[in-house]
Amino acid sequence: MFPVLLSEWIKVRTVRSTFITLLLTLVVTVGLGAVVCAVLASTWDTQPAAERANFDATGSSFSGIALGQLALIVFAVLIVTSEYSTGMIRATLGAVPQRLTLMLAKVLTVVGLVGVVSLLTAFISFFLGQALLGSHRTSISDPGVTRAVFGMAIYMTLLALLSVGVAFMVRRPIPALAILMPFFFLISPILNAVPKVKNVAHFFPDVAGRQLYSVHGNTDVPYGPTAGFFIVLAWSLGCVVIGYLLFARRDA
Amino acid sequence: MIEVNELTKRYGDKLAVDHLSFTIPQGVVTGFLGPNGAGKSTTMRMMLDLDRPTSGSVRIDGKQYGQLHEPLKYIGALLEAKAVHPGRTAYNHLLWLAASNRIPTRRVDEVLALVGLTAVAKKRSGGFSLGMGQRLGIAAALLGDPKILMFDEPVNGLDPEGIIWVRNLMKSLAAEGRTVFVSSHLMSEMALTADHLIVIGLGRLLADMPMNEFIDRNSRSFVRLRTPQPERLLDMLSANGITALQDGAGAWEVEDGDMARIGDLAAEHGVALHELSPQRASLEEAFMRMTAEAVEYQTGAPALQPAQQQEPEPAAAWGAGWKKES
Repeated sequence: MFPVLLSEWIKVRTVRSTFITLLLTLVVTVGLGAVVCAVLASTWDTQPAAERANFDATGSSFSGIALGQLALIVFAVLIVTSEYSTGMIRATLGAVPQRLTLMLAKVLTVVGLVGVVSLLTAFISFFLGQALLGSHRTSISDPGVTRAVFGMAIYMTLLALLSVGVAFMVRRPIPALAILMPFFFLISPILNAVPKVKNVAHFFPDVAGRQLYSVHGNTDVPYGPTAGFFIVLAWSLGCVVIGYLLFARRDA
Repeated sequence: MIEVNELTKRYGDKLAVDHLSFTIPQGVVTGFLGPNGAGKSTTMRMMLDLDRPTSGSVRIDGKQYGQLHEPLKYIGALLEAKAVHPGRTAYNHLLWLAASNRIPTRRVDEVLALVGLTAVAKKRSGGFSLGMGQRLGIAAALLGDPKILMFDEPVNGLDPEGIIWVRNLMKSLAAEGRTVFVSSHLMSEMALTADHLIVIGLGRLLADMPMNEFIDRNSRSFVRLRTPQPERLLDMLSANGITALQDGAGAWEVEDGDMARIGDLAAEHGVALHELSPQRASLEEAFMRMTAEAVEYQTGAPALQPAQQQEPEPAAAWGAGWKKES
């Protein structure tokens, strides 16, 4: 297992797309979060009272993930689909014909690398956002805040895992991105605004993730951060398992 | 030893490989020959456990490929050129391959030197020519210093220099006692490199024999005659029990004819001859005749018109290459 893991790590670190997509994830998430916090701080007095009462300083500093997650999805999708689009998968399976070992190595590589990037993103977003919120800021020592910051890192890592699973199912980059990007960027937010339908859409991974990385969470959503974690985890593991079952059966 | 046993692959209602069985002899170059679409690549992919057979099996020293531990040390394969991420350097491509099978890193430099890519080792492979890509693929196959090597159409797209290089490499690998299994759709290429021949068409086995035997069995020899007096020639020949067939290009052919006897007869009967020459059909023709019924994509014209369309090469020209080897 270790040699395969090392080999997957060499693969990841020797292509540019890794650095570009992960750097973009960090910069966009931190940057957009900072902008949102700065705007909120300067327009605080004009915000409606309800908004101010429900204000979640931690969650606000993580607003950038709405856009940043797209770069993260691209990273995870490319790690798998570039093997197929280049024909390299045959070299890979020639070297490591044990498909379960190979997929585990890929998953662990993604979890390790994205885990580190996610922690960085979460902490930088949080501290920069709080600094910009000025008097409306919260502190890392306040109840639920540490959990939310780590929750952010966990959400990002699980999202990458989910994308890896989908990429193994679909194999080609464009279809994989065409499924994942609209889902997180459009479909889920839209369905969550439709009455009745939103009762189902509340269990989508991005909504569950928001419960995980907010301190107060959305009161419309009928579960808290712990359940949110397990819902995201179930989505990710589900996609990875289905991805593996297809990968194990299909011709390469 | 590689044993292919009743291997079958079905795509929908199309049989790509049809109950194929053969054994690859050790320590020699075995040519795996067939027209395009015969199922060569599919067979090789199944040998490497990349594609799942519909039925049948492949055993490498009794094991399935997927059961081999660190398989690169056992079998090196070149399936297609450029199975490489274009953004990764040649060195890094070999580095991850080496790491996966615990092959020492210095071996990467060794194989790069062996295939002549040292100068471009740190260049991204996206800019490589087809020939350089092929060399990188061969370097990857040699990485684990394996006993068995498999090459799928290794000379495709190579320039003449590259073709000779691949040819010599395969021979030297076999000379070191390795088993080399190489596919091609060109009989002429195989005649120069292979010691053993496995021919398939439409996924079925057509021949499995040593190269020498294939040549003996399949090279047709005949005498070619040209005359301004065809009626007199034919009368003379049939009177002596010799059958001549028109070749479509104004000449006549006598299968396994005795050239001296025909010449004497012509002199005796006063038949003018413009040509009296010994001919040998090329191996390419023998191969085409063998696979004629098994060619998937027939062109409009009949695939086979022996000896008529092309000038058969003189016996010495095609024989010289393999004779030196045996």
